[in-house]
Amino acid sequence: MGDTNLDVSRLTIREAGDLLASGACSAVDLTDALLRRIQDVDSNIHAYVSLDADFALQQARAADEARAQGKSGPLLGIPIGVKDLLNVAGQPCTCSSHILEGYTAPYDATVIARLREAGAVFVGRTNMDEFAMGSSTENSAYMVTRNPVDLERVPGGSSGGSAAALAAGEAIATLGTDTGGSIRQPAAFCGCVGLKPTYGRVSRYGLTAFASSLDQIGPMTHTVEDAAILLQAMAGLDTMDSTTLDVPVPDYRAALQHDLKGMRLGLPKEYFVDGMDDAVRASILQAVDTCRALGAEIVDVSLPHTEYSIAVYYIIATAEASANLARFDGVRYGRRVSPGNDPVEMYGATREAGFGAEVKRRIILGTYVLSSGYYDAYYLRAQKVRRLILQDFENAFATCDALLAPATPTPAFRVGENTGDPLKMYLSDVFTATANLAGICAMSVPSFSTSEGLPVGLQILGPALGETQILRVGHAFEQRKKAVA
Amino acid sequence: MGDAEQAKASGLDVAYVAHLARLHLRDDEIALFQGQMEQIVHYVEQIGKLDVDGVAPLSHTVSVSNVWREDEPRPGIDHGKVMDNAPEQRDGLIAVPKIVE
Repeated sequence: MGDTNLDVSRLTIREAGDLLASGACSAVDLTDALLRRIQDVDSNIHAYVSLDADFALQQARAADEARAQGKSGPLLGIPIGVKDLLNVAGQPCTCSSHILEGYTAPYDATVIARLREAGAVFVGRTNMDEFAMGSSTENSAYMVTRNPVDLERVPGGSSGGSAAALAAGEAIATLGTDTGGSIRQPAAFCGCVGLKPTYGRVSRYGLTAFASSLDQIGPMTHTVEDAAILLQAMAGLDTMDSTTLDVPVPDYRAALQHDLKGMRLGLPKEYFVDGMDDAVRASILQAVDTCRALGAEIVDVSLPHTEYSIAVYYIIATAEASANLARFDGVRYGRRVSPGNDPVEMYGATREAGFGAEVKRRIILGTYVLSSGYYDAYYLRAQKVRRLILQDFENAFATCDALLAPATPTPAFRVGENTGDPLKMYLSDVFTATANLAGICAMSVPSFSTSEGLPVGLQILGPALGETQILRVGHAFEQRKKAVA
Repeated sequence: MGDAEQAKASGLDVAYVAHLARLHLRDDEIALFQGQMEQIVHYVEQIGKLDVDGVAPLSHTVSVSNVWREDEPRPGIDHGKVMDNAPEQRDGLIAVPKIVE
């Protein structure tokens, strides 16, 4: 064994990769140190819904052997936390739902297969809102994850476990999924980096579907450079997902530069509205000034249909969810409750016992907006407004390389603050759902914290396949912020 | 619009829609959800204010059709691993309550 005092709590993929490459530590050392860190802190945070130390160490040993045989790469031997709705062969995948209790993934999601090939080590499964439905991780059937910055506050959601694990220093990098902000909002609340790729950039095969036209898998990391490294390994065409784009994957790390000279960044006025938190506004405006000082030209833009985005999002997302979640009926996997000897009774009873309140609400809303007599007024009309939202972005990106905005209207709210009011909880996605509806890429990068020390997320939005632009802006901002801090 | 909105919102019968979704609900859940869902439906109805005449619906931001891959045989998911997840099985098949008398 190597260094047993290895501090993994703020270690980045890049730094860990350097330690492994130089032989300063082995992947087993790293994984072991991380598992000990999790054991020390996770009883207060509840970031992980399940851990498999033996499986992790076995992968770490394989990574060390591969390195000894000459293999290298930025992810070889790097431990990664995985949101509990991505299939990792042989591991549980509960989606933080009782309905998938006892389920063992029979195959790898494409992103998992690619990261496995790159030598990553899967340490555990991070907690989430049940089936990714929520903005606080309070909808998990198993545990409430706490925000490591302030344990009385939520980590955001639905990828709250992935964000909290980073903030608590119990992950080097994690995977999240983002349907309406579920990577960016928890990244903003916990002070880490979270990137939602362009729709179709990363394969969704093996992701338990919530809303298929909106879902994307993305990296959650300590730094923008790490997000670039992780995205690089996951992105690209996959014959198992017909919506992946047949477009070459650029070298994301090569896009990282230290200034923003020659870039035009837009400020969408609809994202700086009355009622937003003053500390968030001040933080984002300071971030905008920083980008200007880095050489960017800042221009005002308008995305006039932003106010409709939550309404459109909750119609389209729940409609797709009501269809996707029909597969959980007690027949083939997961829980089965079968009181009588009748299959229809079995479906209803299984779903009653297996799903939590928020999932039930969304299935009902989605079924309703698709039902006969209401389809045109809700679902079809929402699809039309969705196009108007896309056109808003196309117009803005005709004159700008990227947009700057807050990721969320407020910093992390308190545990229990919004659980009684579903609509209020939905409105916390107001600045993030637009990117999913338009299929564009967007990232949350830690901005200046509030006077209370709460993190604020600077959201950088780019056009479809504009990951290089948003990574460049995020990296330059992050480096300058670090230099002045 | 106000009256029409109310009429539509009251068209949401949680118990009936839950039946369509094959989802049993307890009476207290139906009562709780009915109020919450009416509030949410009322909120999403704001999209009715917009003029969308002539706007083509957008179902997907990636406009793809007829994506083909080579028709080559390859192994599927292992049968045993799939059966390990079945709540009930008999003779290598998933067992369910009798559907047809």
